Amino acid sequence: MSDLSCKIESVPERWMGLGGRGLTSTIIAEEVAPTCHPLGQHNKLVFAPGLLSGTPAANSGRLSCGAKSPLTGTIKEANAGGTSAQMLAKIGVKALIIEGKPTDDGKWYNLHINADSVRLQEETELIGKGNFAVVQAINNRLGDKTGVITIGPAGEMRMTSANISIKDPDSHLRSHGRGGLGAVMGSKRIKFISVEPTEQKMAIANPQAFKEANRTFAKALADNPISKALGQYGTNVLVNIINESGGLPTKNFTLGQFEGHEAISGETMHDTIVARGGKPKHNCHPGCVINCSQIYADANGQYKTSGFEYETIWALGADCCIDNLDYVAEADSLMDDIGIDSIETPVAFGVAMEAGVLKFGDGAELCRILKEDIGKGTALGRIIGNGAGSVGKAYGVTRVPVVKNQAIPAYDPRAIKGIGITYATSTQGADHTMGYTIATNILGVGGKVDPLSKEGQVELSRNLQIATAAIDSTGMCLFIAFAALDDATCLPALIDMINARFGIHLTANDVTNLGMSILKTEHAFNLAAGFTNKDDRLPEFFSEEAVAPHNVVWDISDEAIDSFWNF
Amino acid sequence: MQLNVKLFAYFRDNRFKQKLMDFPAGTTVEEIVNTLDIPLAEVGVIMLNSRQCEMYQAPAEGDQLAIFPTIGGG
Repeated sequence: MSDLSCKIESVPERWMGLGGRGLTSTIIAEEVAPTCHPLGQHNKLVFAPGLLSGTPAANSGRLSCGAKSPLTGTIKEANAGGTSAQMLAKIGVKALIIEGKPTDDGKWYNLHINADSVRLQEETELIGKGNFAVVQAINNRLGDKTGVITIGPAGEMRMTSANISIKDPDSHLRSHGRGGLGAVMGSKRIKFISVEPTEQKMAIANPQAFKEANRTFAKALADNPISKALGQYGTNVLVNIINESGGLPTKNFTLGQFEGHEAISGETMHDTIVARGGKPKHNCHPGCVINCSQIYADANGQYKTSGFEYETIWALGADCCIDNLDYVAEADSLMDDIGIDSIETPVAFGVAMEAGVLKFGDGAELCRILKEDIGKGTALGRIIGNGAGSVGKAYGVTRVPVVKNQAIPAYDPRAIKGIGITYATSTQGADHTMGYTIATNILGVGGKVDPLSKEGQVELSRNLQIATAAIDSTGMCLFIAFAALDDATCLPALIDMINARFGIHLTANDVTNLGMSILKTEHAFNLAAGFTNKDDRLPEFFSEEAVAPHNVVWDISDEAIDSFWNF
Repeated sequence: MQLNVKLFAYFRDNRFKQKLMDFPAGTTVEEIVNTLDIPLAEVGVIMLNSRQCEMYQAPAEGDQLAIFPTIGGG
């Protein structure tokens, strides 16, 4: 962006076998100085479809986005559904790297990509607009099949919880949610990226073998009982089970169960959607056979929000004590439009509620602050829009649930100890998706490890973090992991598809090695950025304040946490 | 003995959300699941007083038993 030029380069040999997170993290590690300012000219914003994106492989439409995070200061990868990953892959884009920074701070730009070219153009019309208006305007300008990658006002204002939104098949939004990547895009002065549809098809080295493997893979996903429950209740099916386990962080992490859990549960949400004529099932990208998204309608039966996720509903519901799904849906829609992470932001509100900025349970006031303060960038809006850590500092609160300054999501690490290891050791700050031990700690998937015991948690988190890094490189949705952990046909079929796509001979060991190598690359970046093992710790209140109903504290030793990296 | 039995997701269909139920002392979780006409193979997670438990366990007076089908999310 420094000289406002675009270049199409051939892919270096060493990057050929990489995709998704493996590629974004490799590029960031090779090309970004770990000590650089995340919003300065030396950071780079990298988008990469996965290895199987753009092929007919089921559930392969995830797009990875990476940079040095302005929220955490670590390396960051956030992936999202929507239509752009498949479109970029079909055009032949292995990665899109945005680097430098314009010298003229007064101008904004958009990037348009088609099968032949990349064009950078000045953008004036859509600056200051919310994401929904951006998508609508691009649909009008370029046609509704156009892929859209956009930032809202939060990204323009470089708030460190700004996300990057991706248009889904129905012109609603999915998000590269975590770590403030929207602020990095804003620092590059790019409001949106548009991707032109193409008729081109992906080259597949062995089409017959690919087809057979995909059939087996899709069947394993579709037959899995968890996939079926996800289609019916969405990810929000978790509210009641996590509440029952005593691991649902409530009232800014002071309790492990929420009295109003039924009102915000997946069961209530399903019944409400059906009664109001919404859609319980919806896909965030073509080819998804799980359909965990949904269309949530308001009391008048009008569209309110989609992609209404457990973590968002937990954070607004239990953590902020708002026991009303309509306020939660309104806030979700506002966050989508403003372009701000729907985990970081409500956790920041929970800290603000503890500080007395607003009352716990006040959904109307939360929505007002979202619109009038965060959306408009007032001083209060910027304090909250910079995340939970920022609110804690501004108001002198000590109970601030963050690791490496990123908000801890929907599972209390005192009552579900495996996830505490993931929060502490993840290369990206607190993030449940990096190593989802809930599967084995609570859901009985991939075996069982008692959530309240100290035993086996490090190994569980390590194995899952390695597997996740590999899955995040394929373009696959992470929800394939439920089938992969318990159905013996699933993972071999996935590897067969990669082999058939590229004409190669990967084994399961190669995939594990890929996962390990990605984690080590990311860890090395963080160490070079100045992080040490002392940063792999949970906030002290978790060790000192017992959480009901089990009355447990975080009690896994520092030595045990550090042993995570012994591989 | 009286137990507080809680059902979740589609196990609630044509049954209940939560109910105080009487069982003879020593009744196992498996027997309770059978009494409720829930197919054993569909049970994903059982919690007794918010702790993971197994089918062979026998709840005690006043316990809270939560029965979930196989579910997931995140």
